Amino acid sequence: MVETAPSDSALPGDVVIVARLRARDETMFAELIDAWSPGMLRAARAYVADEHSAHDVVQETWLGVLRGVDRFEARSSLRTWVYRILINKARTRGVRDARTVPVGDLGTTGDDHGPTVDPARFRGAGDPYPGHWHSSPPAWPSPEDGAVAAETRRELAAALAGLPARQRVVVTLRDVTGHSGDEVCELLSISAANQRVLLHRGRAALRAALERRWAEEARS
Amino acid sequence: MNCDEFVELVTAYLDGALEPAVEQRFAEHLTECDGCDRYLEQIRTTVAALGQLPEQGLAADARDRLLAAFRDWPAG
Repeated sequence: MVETAPSDSALPGDVVIVARLRARDETMFAELIDAWSPGMLRAARAYVADEHSAHDVVQETWLGVLRGVDRFEARSSLRTWVYRILINKARTRGVRDARTVPVGDLGTTGDDHGPTVDPARFRGAGDPYPGHWHSSPPAWPSPEDGAVAAETRRELAAALAGLPARQRVVVTLRDVTGHSGDEVCELLSISAANQRVLLHRGRAALRAALERRWAEEARS
Repeated sequence: MNCDEFVELVTAYLDGALEPAVEQRFAEHLTECDGCDRYLEQIRTTVAALGQLPEQGLAADARDRLLAAFRDWPAG
């Protein structure tokens, strides 16, 4: 899976970045803001009620980075450290907005059990092939098509916002901002098993949302 | 392996986290089942599209304010 965000490729390593920030190199700070803010906005959006709050949280996070960078100890990557500041601020803001993941409650809950694909899609016990698809999932239009890609992104953004909070946070950090499984466990203080359950359920729900979207298209 | 088992193992498979014996059954099922092949492909498509959600950065005025704060920050 993706270990670092694609936007990181142009940046120097942590040691260089931190040294330049400590030397008050404004160009370095600008590069970092431009490279990381888009992902940070999406991660904040997993916790807070609206775009405006997400922008506030990201700005506060960068001020927190300024406050802390002289004391940064490189026990984790710089990006993970920045995201930890972000998630703390986003949680606090989410509580105020009354839209948040219960703090310290990122374990799995009742939402996180049972099959992720409707059991009716599979053949029953009386069938010669129990547990197999009644019929294959319908094909989707090609994502090479620009209009299809744009519609896919629109549908996914809406479906992501509708996921249970814990799933939304994990899917956003893994698939939208490209953190590794280990980083997500560290950021959210959850076990590898919990992280995987939440990611799996979230992804399955998003795939199902896209399937519904393309089925509507086919009927209209 | 049945299809209803397969669909629950997709994320662990993509993370390379399946036990070798289970991974082998998963791979065998994949070669003989068009439905599950398509399901896995659609999960991959979903994950890839999530990585391409529209890039939106900070507004220019917010960025300017942060850079000004950086300039005024006392040296460590």
